[in-house]
Amino acid sequence: MKWETVIGLEVHIELATKTKIFCSCSAAFGGAPNTQCCPVCTGMPGSLPVFNKKVLEYAVRTGLALNCDITRYCRFDRKNYFYPDLPRAYQISQLYLPFAENGFVDIKTRSGKKSRIRIHEIHMEDDAGKLVHSVEGEFTYLDYNRCGIPLLEIVSEPDFRETDEVTAYLTKLKSVFEYLGVSDCRMEEGSMRADVNLSVRPEGSSKLGTRTEMKNINSFRAIERAIAYETKRQTEVLENGGKIIQETRRWDDVKGQSFAMRSKENAQDYRYFPEPDIPPLYITEDEINHYREVCPEFADEKAERFVEQMNLTEEDAEIITASKKLADLFEGTVKLCRTPSEVRFWFMSQLLYLMNENNIHADKVTLTPEKFAEFIGFINSGIITRQTGREVFEQIFFGDENFDIAAYIKGNNLEQVEDSGLIEATVQEILTANPKAVMQYKNGETKISGFFVGQVMKKLKGKADPSLVNKAVAEALDKA
Amino acid sequence: MYITKDVVLNAAFLSRIKLDEKETEEMQKQMSEIVEFMDILNQVDTDDNESLMHTSEITNVMREDETSPSYEREDILKNAPCRNEEYFVVPKTVE
Repeated sequence: MKWETVIGLEVHIELATKTKIFCSCSAAFGGAPNTQCCPVCTGMPGSLPVFNKKVLEYAVRTGLALNCDITRYCRFDRKNYFYPDLPRAYQISQLYLPFAENGFVDIKTRSGKKSRIRIHEIHMEDDAGKLVHSVEGEFTYLDYNRCGIPLLEIVSEPDFRETDEVTAYLTKLKSVFEYLGVSDCRMEEGSMRADVNLSVRPEGSSKLGTRTEMKNINSFRAIERAIAYETKRQTEVLENGGKIIQETRRWDDVKGQSFAMRSKENAQDYRYFPEPDIPPLYITEDEINHYREVCPEFADEKAERFVEQMNLTEEDAEIITASKKLADLFEGTVKLCRTPSEVRFWFMSQLLYLMNENNIHADKVTLTPEKFAEFIGFINSGIITRQTGREVFEQIFFGDENFDIAAYIKGNNLEQVEDSGLIEATVQEILTANPKAVMQYKNGETKISGFFVGQVMKKLKGKADPSLVNKAVAEALDKA
Repeated sequence: MYITKDVVLNAAFLSRIKLDEKETEEMQKQMSEIVEFMDILNQVDTDDNESLMHTSEITNVMREDETSPSYEREDILKNAPCRNEEYFVVPKTVE
């Protein structure tokens, strides 16, 4: 029998507010343990939470970006559970009246398959603390800095059928949050995490199978592996006549397996009730309209515009707009120097290369449109060649805004050689040194002229105008 | 009685409270009385009333997203039954 995998995702993102959701402690990542805590976020008796205005703004803007209906009257609910990551013994979440419902996200997989993933709901809640387990000893250490960091939980419908769709969806969400500026989405810092709900069913069946849930998986690779593993496990159970038990399983990325948790941990009995400490929230039509108006241009629209206005290919436009920071750098540079194709060349070949090579994330790139455009000017006016340009580009990529390009070119003697006498002499020198290759050329291996061009450029340290060199080599070979 | 012994034991488990036989009986009696008391409310006809979402009329109580100093770590850890220099310490929660 052929089986079909059905997946739904619950994605948690930490909002990039300055403070926590219910108190004024800093929400910054990476503080020393238990230094960003107060009686509210550590659940001291008698403390009272007060809701952070910015969280509502970020939440509504996210809801609108994901095409949701915004609930005009929403409320928090108390979700009771007893575990050391949550000193208050309940999470303040939204069960009955989440702030956003009925949205969708359109995605495109790597192979080009398009689909629409429906969003069931989005709700606001507070994050729990971090548990650090001792490897040898018998203790767990608790850091409550993360307690109370605002979270959005985005619950999709079970609309995924393959891993590529999951990856495309998460990539798209990441891009939307970055464009909105509501979250860093750094999976490695835990600011974006996903719970995977997965079931399998015979292909063609419209009935959903029994699902399992794997919680808090925090990298794309781990999610892909967890899906592959759990699909295989469930299929094998069913093919051997077994039954899937609805349960929460723990994904162990080191072992590459999911494990059933003990049934007692599994028993979910949250005894939700309306949160009495936080008054309900009215969201007005005016507010919603305002947030609709300030909605930014997202990656897809931007890419489409770049294709149209700057004559980029769809593939290039997608790569350039994948990050807002880089898309802004690109667009800003083109605006200043007006040669999109040259900017594209340096962006794709050098900028992305240097970022990859040095493992530099888009938000750590310091190159400004002004500096980039100034550099393109030196190329366009023929002062430096693309070859020596690489060296200069590396300097502006790592340098600051005060880096003096003209002085660097002068100081390192990088100006383009346009002296045709010098170029011709160099060509002759190279031809004389390589009689064998000259013979090959004469015997019809015309491709070998590239070798001569390369040698001449090398000799002139990449500074010669390539079109002059090409011409000189062709002429010399014909005469030889 | 409204509340069965199982309900009491489950509530005790969820709250991580240990009850002996006598306490369980006592709890069962008290919890039943509370629920019975609620029965009075059930006699009121509420068909024409909108359901109550919140007991107060206040809405949209919010603060600006401005940080204020957190507590000193020493003060936060002061009440912990078990701690070290930086952390609260509990028995290991994973196997």
